[in-house]
Amino acid sequence: MNPSADALRATFGGAIARAAESCGDTIVYVDRAALLAVMAWLRDTPGQQYDYLVDVTAVEYRDRERPLEVVYNLRSLARRTDLRVKVELDLRGDLAIDSVVPLWRGADWLEREVYDMFGVTFRGHPDLRRILMWETYAEGYPLRKDFPLRGRFSRAEQVRQALNANPEAHYSMEELSIAEAHDELPPDMRERLRRGERDKIPYSE
Amino acid sequence: MSKRTIAVELATPGLDPQGRPARIPLAAGVGPLEQYGEPDAGEHMLINIGPQHPATHGVLRLVVELDGETVVRVIPHVGYLHSGFEKLGEYRHYNQIIPLTDRTDYLSPMANNVGFALAAEKLMGIEITPRCTVLRVIACEMSRIISHMVWLGTTSIDLGAFTPFLWAFQERERIYNLQEMWTGARLTTSVTRVGGMMADITDDFVAGLRQFIDTYPKTLYEIDRVLTRNAVWVGRTQGVGVMTAQEAINYSLSGPMLRASGVPYDVRRDQPYLDYDSYEFDVPVGEHGDVYDRYLVRLEECHQSNRILRQALERLADGPVNVADPRMILPPKSRAMSDMEAMIYHFKQVMEGVKAPVGEAYVGIENPKGELGTYLVSDGTAKPVRWRIRPPSFINLAALPKMAEGHLLSDLIAINASVDIVMGEVDR
Repeated sequence: MNPSADALRATFGGAIARAAESCGDTIVYVDRAALLAVMAWLRDTPGQQYDYLVDVTAVEYRDRERPLEVVYNLRSLARRTDLRVKVELDLRGDLAIDSVVPLWRGADWLEREVYDMFGVTFRGHPDLRRILMWETYAEGYPLRKDFPLRGRFSRAEQVRQALNANPEAHYSMEELSIAEAHDELPPDMRERLRRGERDKIPYSE
Repeated sequence: MSKRTIAVELATPGLDPQGRPARIPLAAGVGPLEQYGEPDAGEHMLINIGPQHPATHGVLRLVVELDGETVVRVIPHVGYLHSGFEKLGEYRHYNQIIPLTDRTDYLSPMANNVGFALAAEKLMGIEITPRCTVLRVIACEMSRIISHMVWLGTTSIDLGAFTPFLWAFQERERIYNLQEMWTGARLTTSVTRVGGMMADITDDFVAGLRQFIDTYPKTLYEIDRVLTRNAVWVGRTQGVGVMTAQEAINYSLSGPMLRASGVPYDVRRDQPYLDYDSYEFDVPVGEHGDVYDRYLVRLEECHQSNRILRQALERLADGPVNVADPRMILPPKSRAMSDMEAMIYHFKQVMEGVKAPVGEAYVGIENPKGELGTYLVSDGTAKPVRWRIRPPSFINLAALPKMAEGHLLSDLIAINASVDIVMGEVDR
């Protein structure tokens, strides 16, 4: 097992729920509240130097009782060592967690993808928008286990929405304001955009 | 104020009343612009590039805020090619996922096949055979060459050089012919299986690859001669889109993008998989982290891949390709039709799939675009709970706004090209 697991336990005590090993990879389960402190410690402490964020993703199990896991793969480039850090989120609670973008800019799109696919919100993320699905996508979070393989809406409804989509809805709020197109939008759409309710933008008839 | 004049021959009469060619005075400096008021300072323009635009290398859409011709802000929009591969994988047996990996980074399908197979084998605890190891190295390096060739060709077109494109695509065509010889498919190779390969290579393939290895460097030297000291190429790439080593690490860049910034990290050498630790090859590292260095790094990697291919062919020994485990590897069709035991194994693999033990595994391999990670989580059934692709070009592309802001719009095209994205992988 990676010695960083014991070092973490010695430093953070109860915030490290447990450590496990699978196929030779060490996994450390971290309490949600301590995530940022643990990550900063792992990155900046001499002897740890996990300076490279390989990946951020999430796992939901088929067993509905198991919590959803947000998974961080860290690497120390100098020491050629990997460490996997996981945070467990109860599916019945709010799926919110601190963003690690202040530590690694590379987490920006990765966290957006986790938000897009799993509905986990990252507190402190500079620009938490959907990334792979379009911003007005209203069917939910595709990689959740309760999401049907072919989507929630019927094929006919999906086609209808795609054909009727308002082209302005493909621009974000700030983009529209750059082009001064914002003032020309219908008042109700402008109001919804202002409130951030992007998934409720009406489709033009 | 000095005035210069040049003689122009106009199409219509073109002569002044004295019968001499008309001369137009050329003055430097002020013109009658003032009468139109102040120039439009501070007024920004929004332009939309893509998703259907040849210079975005796929269905990438960039919304760009411009101050004159200077890029103030880039807002990339991705997802137009989102196919839900990761979701699909949760409904497929491990071997059934391999055809999906072809379609992620479709410019290097064989390397993706290898990445997935390695992760599944780590999860199941399978040791592959020596011959299979060498075949997979050959697959990975062939992929690197074709991917870099596409990158070189398309990027040179973006920057105004057409000839290298033709040379590069010719070389790619030769590899495609070899891939077709090996797998029957040029693009969607699906060459690996969990525990082995879909097919062994033939003697013709070995001869063809050897011939390729001997003649390929000539093209690289030709491209080198046309581009590396070309004034236009140098002018448009040097000092453009710079990422320092610190920034490259902080943005999680990988592959040639990371190494061009001066971080000497190559998964093949630093966390070796297959038997890369026993090959002799150099890892090219850039100094400035600009578009030019990325070009140099990729060009040198092609030479190194060629070197690895040569060594791989030398050490290619006879022996079985697949592991000797009838629960993993499909029996030959003739045996499945004539032998009861083989038929049962065939049936169980096709209908039930190969079960993986409870656990999870992450394997990162050095793909042409960067580190391709495959993260598999199993709950003991024949289908993964989670199949995650760490997409190198997605993560590299995330640094595009950082690299492009402050440069000219034309530099944005060069920078975007230098990232080497493939939208099938960005959007998955």
